[in-house]
Amino acid sequence: MHEESVEPKTPSRCGGSALSWTVSDGVIEVALHRPPCNELGSASLEDLEKFVTALAVIEAEAEAHALIIYSQMKSGFCAGADLRELYQRSQAMDKAEAAKGVRDFLERIHRVLNLIDATPLTTIAAVHGVTFGGGFELALACDLIIADKMARFCFPELRLGLIPGFGGIPRLKRDLGNAVVRDLLLTGRSFNASKAQQIGLASQVVGEGEALHAARATAAQLKKFDRATAAAAKKFIKPIPQEELRREIDLFCELFARPAVDAGLRKFVESTDAQPYLP
Amino acid sequence: MKTADQTLDEILNLAAAHFKVPRENLSPDDDFFKTLGIDSLQTLDLLTKLEHHFRVELPDYELQGVSDFRTLAGKIQARL
Repeated sequence: MHEESVEPKTPSRCGGSALSWTVSDGVIEVALHRPPCNELGSASLEDLEKFVTALAVIEAEAEAHALIIYSQMKSGFCAGADLRELYQRSQAMDKAEAAKGVRDFLERIHRVLNLIDATPLTTIAAVHGVTFGGGFELALACDLIIADKMARFCFPELRLGLIPGFGGIPRLKRDLGNAVVRDLLLTGRSFNASKAQQIGLASQVVGEGEALHAARATAAQLKKFDRATAAAAKKFIKPIPQEELRREIDLFCELFARPAVDAGLRKFVESTDAQPYLP
Repeated sequence: MKTADQTLDEILNLAAAHFKVPRENLSPDDDFFKTLGIDSLQTLDLLTKLEHHFRVELPDYELQGVSDFRTLAGKIQARL
């Protein structure tokens, strides 16, 4: 394959401090670039909201057929929610305010991820390294996951006394089934790209540093298909699990109010353990 | 079937190559966090490399508290 055939042409760049996007030759590329590993906090959410607003315009003008989300950070795709920000903000508020803040954040990020999930464009998460928690949930909102062989996936939320809150459980259940969700959720173990492909999560596993290139090649292939047909096929096969998503927010908020969560967050934020990610 | 010594030797070779550390600087009972100078995210990289190399699945909770190459080798050997 000739690399130049799948490289974008001099796109213009939009975005903010956490992510930016380009549109070129019908492909939107969203680059995550918030150090250390694209932790999803208020800055990321604001940028994501700006992006989905732009996405609606791009969709209306039928300027694109594919969307690729990838990370420019060496350590991985996304390490999940910004737990330090969550802890610090919740400490600065009383319980009722903190609970309201968490629910508001979840409502907003669900709206963003539902729009990405349901966009008529074909969406690809090109992942490498750490793809944990909210990062895993962002990837799950996409139609295809193309994984670098060094990618690693995990739902570590139970160690904090929480469940994944960005729609991960309903989406993983929709895509792979309840038994897989139970394994990943209840053990909190991480798993590699080969396992992800084996269980049907990753559509392709590629060599180190090759996920974005493979995603671009896939996006170039998608351009050959009639847009309306591809959009209809996606809408037919990929329903948004609205009711479960709503219940997930309620359950997350209910769990968040328990003292164990405060202790779990504090332990994580203050940890000097060499393996703090381990459940 | 690899012997425990072979498994240990391959882990040391792999860690040296991946983290660009002279192989002769690594010993079976070394604390790999200190010897390799790696953080938690790099440890995940090592775990992924080991899983690929040995074609095993190693749940990371089994590695909790494991910090030396010999114990790590024992965990992998048990899954070969």
